[in-house]
Amino acid sequence: MSSVTAGVLQLLALIAALALVHRPLGDHMARVYSSDRHYRPEKWIYRAIGANPSAEMRWPAYLRAVLAFSAVSVLFLYLLQRVQGSLPGSLGFVSIDPDQAFNTAASFVANTNWQSYYGEQAMGHVVQTGGLAVQNFVSAAVGMAVAVALVRGFARSRTGELGNFWADLVRGTVRILLPIAVIGAIVLVACGVIQNFAGIHEVGQFVNQHGMGGTQQWNGGAVASQEVIKELGTNGGGYFNANSAHPFENPTPFSNLFEIFLILVIPFALTRTFGRMVGNLRQGYAILATMGVIWLGFTALMMWTEFAHPGPAFDVAGGAMEGKETRFGIAGSSLFAVATTLTSTGAVNSFHSSYTGFGGGITMLGMQLGEIAPGGVGSGLYGMLIMAVIAVFIAGLMVGRTPEYLGKKIGTREIKLAACYILVTPALVLCFTAAAMALPTPAGSMTNTGAHGFSEILYAYTSGANNNGSAFAGLNADTQWFNSTIGIAMLLGRFLPMVFVLALAGSLAEQKPVPETAGTLRTDKPLYAGLLVGTIVIITGLTYFPALALGPLAEGLAA
Amino acid sequence: MNNSVGNTARLIGAGLRALLVLTVICGVLYPLAVTGIAQAVFNDEANGSEFRDESGRVVGSSLIGQRYDLPKQNPDDPEEAAGPDLRWFQPRPSNGLGSNSVNTRYSLILSGATNRSADNGAVNGRCTDDAEEGTLCAQVVAAKEAVIADNSTAGHQVRPEDVPADAVTSSGSGLDPNISPEYAELQVHRVAERNGLAVDQVDKLVADHTQGRTLGFMGEPRVNVLELNTALKALSEN
Repeated sequence: MSSVTAGVLQLLALIAALALVHRPLGDHMARVYSSDRHYRPEKWIYRAIGANPSAEMRWPAYLRAVLAFSAVSVLFLYLLQRVQGSLPGSLGFVSIDPDQAFNTAASFVANTNWQSYYGEQAMGHVVQTGGLAVQNFVSAAVGMAVAVALVRGFARSRTGELGNFWADLVRGTVRILLPIAVIGAIVLVACGVIQNFAGIHEVGQFVNQHGMGGTQQWNGGAVASQEVIKELGTNGGGYFNANSAHPFENPTPFSNLFEIFLILVIPFALTRTFGRMVGNLRQGYAILATMGVIWLGFTALMMWTEFAHPGPAFDVAGGAMEGKETRFGIAGSSLFAVATTLTSTGAVNSFHSSYTGFGGGITMLGMQLGEIAPGGVGSGLYGMLIMAVIAVFIAGLMVGRTPEYLGKKIGTREIKLAACYILVTPALVLCFTAAAMALPTPAGSMTNTGAHGFSEILYAYTSGANNNGSAFAGLNADTQWFNSTIGIAMLLGRFLPMVFVLALAGSLAEQKPVPETAGTLRTDKPLYAGLLVGTIVIITGLTYFPALALGPLAEGLAA
Repeated sequence: MNNSVGNTARLIGAGLRALLVLTVICGVLYPLAVTGIAQAVFNDEANGSEFRDESGRVVGSSLIGQRYDLPKQNPDDPEEAAGPDLRWFQPRPSNGLGSNSVNTRYSLILSGATNRSADNGAVNGRCTDDAEEGTLCAQVVAAKEAVIADNSTAGHQVRPEDVPADAVTSSGSGLDPNISPEYAELQVHRVAERNGLAVDQVDKLVADHTQGRTLGFMGEPRVNVLELNTALKALSEN
């Protein structure tokens, strides 16, 4: 069997697995966020928090709770790293410097997991499990909560009430993420992912004909429990520097496919949750189809360029295997790279900087689309719904009718909020990239020269502002400039859009529904899904095309 | 004003308590529970899949690659790179390059890739012998020449087109435990000669240690170098 055929079969297996769990998981999540019942352990949690989980919040209250929880999280994670040197279970690692601790705290709370540190040389057991892995859960739950609040905005009328943030946060964590994580972690351990609390210890090596054998130093760690939520919560921060390329994080071809499945499963299933909650499953399918078409298109393009391997070094080598593991090959690496950059994950099983010029460009464009196909947990759905609003607005302009979506009028206020949302990340990416290129020192962090060097910096801010976290990792990002600016880009890129999403949700929930007429654009038809794909590609394409032309397009066309 | 300050303080307090409760659940109970199950049911895997030779001595992990080098001329010189011991099957290169990227050389203490681009070191769009030292072009060109020279024996000349891509490129982790079956077969003549074994014997050894795709379609066929060399050592000693 050829590698290409095997790659296609892996893709089909992935689609089959995702399709199999789509309905049950999507319906389960709809029940979780719609149910009036609080389980007994949840009631204990609410009592400890001191919150009434049944109290409805309007959008400003919901937003304040999101921001308060996230601000506390940043501070807590920052302090935890700053005192690491004095904590037990830190493997002898010292406290993290202020700029790097800020960057890392912002990164994990913003669901980005950009890492300017080397995991195995910086973070002990306490920070990894008690700090970083906790944010892998709760930052994902916050994303889902905001997405559900927006869905409620479409589903509810004449109220302005969007649910209760504390209930959404706790339920998302304990009823959705935690059960899947426990099962997934055991599956990963069975494949060979390590799960222990050993210190750094010596292990024997191959003994040669002269009876000489050295030793290796192994890091212990609760890797499987962190690995699973890193993928499931579309976080992406590796326990080790090599992330999911490290054999202790991703040991076999099966674990590789399983991790890609974990990355994609919740974002795709949330479209079912959406359809269920707005009372029209077909609306969910239209969103699902839009996401699916973009994901398949990107996967096909990536496989094509990586198998064709244009590029001077690959011409000599005979294949684009630099930065890729033998057990995954081109196909398993390409599948992972597309899944991780079309969601907000940013975990890597191969190093994007060593992809072909076009391959690197595809990973960048995936993030620049706003990570909505299928996107991060929660953030993918709300990002896609914003684009859906913009698509009906454009369609409305064409025919001269007031646009409507799901029975809600898209008026001046709504379209302003949606426009603000889509302007945030491009503004952050392009301004910070321009600043980094204009200043004398940041360029000194580049490993590669020419177009690829520029790509390293463009990639860094694209990844930060879109909360992805992957990198063209030749860039030495542990400088005060990059730690600070990428830290700011991650926080603004995460929480500013949430402000607009929740404001939009509040404004939609207050409206009374508009009855559907013969002139209403049907948003559950293939025509609309096509319009949506076009809107996404054109808006992003026009925004980023000049920057992409200087980086990956220049590199790819020269190869 | 006082009221809004009080409200904010209450909200921050609620956020802090929520974080602490969820930290206990997701950051303490969950990893401990998973560790307990993992250690009880999958003890070997949870502790790094240690691999033992015939005598029962731990010689590494089935999942982690190693180097098979000659002793250094001057063991105390950190600058000196040890040469490959051509008696053993050689793994993929693992030459992290430059000060920005990671120089792993199969050491677990820091994993990572070279992060070099495909045009790194190219002159006029081509990789040649003239590529600047330390670039990906230089590495690939030098590795290819070395693979051809090392593996060509008296009766067996390796051609450039026989060299597979994994033989001249570094992996993502720098710890790749595997090589492609093509690269293993390429080394058979050399390994047989250096160990005083028949080519057929070593050929069979490689075939026995070649692992196909999982369920026939997942991943790529591969050979585990540590397991192969351990078996080779047992064969050559008997």
